[in-house]
Amino acid sequence: MALSDKLKTEFTELVAHYPEKRAGLIPALHRCQEEQGGWLSPQALEDLAEFFGLEPVEVFGVATFYPMFRLTPRGRHLVSVCHNISCTLRGAEDLLAHVCRVTGSPVGGTSPDGKFSVVRVECQGACANAPMFDLDGTYHEDLDRSRAEQILGSCQ
Amino acid sequence: MKDFPKYLLSRVGLPQSHTLATYRAEGGYRAIEDVLKKPWKPEQVIGVIKDSGLRGRGGAGFPTGMKWGFMPDITKDPRPRYLAVNADESEPGTCKDRVLMEKDPHGLIEGCLIACFAMHAKAAYIYVRGEYRLSYSRLQAAIDEARAAGLVGQNILGTDFSCDIWMHKGAGAYICGEETGLMESLEGKRGHPRPKPPFPAGSGLWKSPTTVNNVESIFNAPFIVRNGAGWFKSMGVPKSTGNFLLCISGHVNKPGVYELPFGLTARQIIDEVALGVWKGRKLKAFFPGGSSTGLLPASMVDVAMDHDSVKAAGSMFGTAAMIILDETASIPQAMDVIARFYDHESCGQCSQCREGTQWLHQIFRRIAHGRGQMSDLDLLVSLSNGMAPAKTICALADAAAIPTLAAVKHFRHEFEECIRLGRDPLAPQPQHAPELHEAHA
Ligand SMILES: Cc1cc2nc3c(=O)[nH]c(=O)nc-3n(C[C@H](O)[C@H](O)[C@H](O)COP(=O)(O)O)c2cc1C
Ligand code: SF4
Ligand code: FES
Repeated sequence: MALSDKLKTEFTELVAHYPEKRAGLIPALHRCQEEQGGWLSPQALEDLAEFFGLEPVEVFGVATFYPMFRLTPRGRHLVSVCHNISCTLRGAEDLLAHVCRVTGSPVGGTSPDGKFSVVRVECQGACANAPMFDLDGTYHEDLDRSRAEQILGSCQ
Repeated sequence: MKDFPKYLLSRVGLPQSHTLATYRAEGGYRAIEDVLKKPWKPEQVIGVIKDSGLRGRGGAGFPTGMKWGFMPDITKDPRPRYLAVNADESEPGTCKDRVLMEKDPHGLIEGCLIACFAMHAKAAYIYVRGEYRLSYSRLQAAIDEARAAGLVGQNILGTDFSCDIWMHKGAGAYICGEETGLMESLEGKRGHPRPKPPFPAGSGLWKSPTTVNNVESIFNAPFIVRNGAGWFKSMGVPKSTGNFLLCISGHVNKPGVYELPFGLTARQIIDEVALGVWKGRKLKAFFPGGSSTGLLPASMVDVAMDHDSVKAAGSMFGTAAMIILDETASIPQAMDVIARFYDHESCGQCSQCREGTQWLHQIFRRIAHGRGQMSDLDLLVSLSNGMAPAKTICALADAAAIPTLAAVKHFRHEFEECIRLGRDPLAPQPQHAPELHEAHA
């Protein structure tokens, strides 16, 4: 398998923004992850290595350095709960425990029905509206248990 | 509190504040137009930024005009040169650049144009942390609008000035906010900071002269160009001029991002801006400028919030991210969280940092969980002194050591009590989130 023509066209345009092709690697990893439903398969890393003219091990080394890249499949929805200082001071640990109860997912895992994965993340830059989580790329701020429940309840 | 002029957040409340139409209606792009049409010389732009006294808003408070002046002479060094805008905003407590990018992206774009003109840069890269999806899309849309209007790209406003602005997405690593880690990451590598020298102005992105500036620093430039250095210096205090964006979080009634002049006291900010400590409680301590600045006890709340005054009080102004802890907060618990963060984010290149951050985290953790020993306190101090100042490739090691030393200095009694009792009397009720082994993204 190789990259789709759509992604190849996109990446060809992307790398033109930089004097060196490799600079497009991290944005390209993001796009592949989006296209694959939130994770990067070994095949995707190999395809990217080929496109960028790198060894697969180099692409793997970059992908594993960055917390936003995931190398294993996850649930349909990803809940990233901030556990840094401003959020902790306003109840992040309580929120996290509640998110786990509501979703049925342990921290760092996936619910048995495959619907939710829950992770701890570092400061998301929403400290003045703590506590917060990111759900599938959207911030939800100023959370308490009932708002969190409502938001998670509206996930399909 | 006296009334004071505002400019940084003057547009964010307007309808459709992120669009070109609104920005233009507010006088947007007049600064770059003036620079290009008059025309100004690049040195004049650097001159006015220098005269204004603008200090970088990314944490170190370095004079922006001086930094721009470090770029090599274009007549002697023909390499292409770049501006990298640091929009990684990851220092815990800091949430200000996001407001500017989401609500007033054209202001940042105009700032990039002015900075690139001043430094003969052919392109600016805006490195946005990957989680800031709205910032990214607003900025990308604004760049597209500006490009279509002839404000970005070739022959801007019909002059011979050409400049590209490209968005670039990070992927969740704090260390990529450090300027050389940022450059490595932008080049498509792991964010491993580079030893300095060479400094970015000599050899930065793709070995070319590069300047890295924080979003808010660049955002100030069009205002200074339009209104002059004198106007800028009329705000604040002599060595910290203009206004700044304060982030205030934690135990206050009204956390938020506020535009303020330098020099108000921390007390005024907590009481009058953030409407006091929440739940009618008393203040215990505060971080003046993000989690990597030394926390200060309530007895020091009359410190003025400007670079030099906070430094004189033994801490740092940092990113102006005040984190407030009320009397019920546990310092050992807070330090456990903070040490965990630096442990997680160390890139691992330097042994002092890789092992030091791990040790600090383990020791704070065991004290916070009632398993500490009295000798741990001296160990925290000696470990920190082995990590900083300036003992490692970058300042992440300092960022972990500084709050540690401050916590032990000002709150030794609280750690000692946890150790003596074998538990933390201020610890919150334990929460039982079920954890798998690899629980941290
Ligand atoms: C570990 C570490 C993380 C940093 N993170 C950021 C950041 O997220 N944003 C930022 O603007 N500066 C950050 N900095 C500071 C940058 O290295 C650099 O000084 C700054 O971007 C320069 O911009 P300024 O001169 O406009 O302030 C960080 C520094 C260190 C040591
Ligand atoms: S000080 Fe820490 S984060 Fe910085 S380069 Fe060394 S190991 Fe990496
Ligand atoms: S500490 Fe949670 S968003 Fe900053």
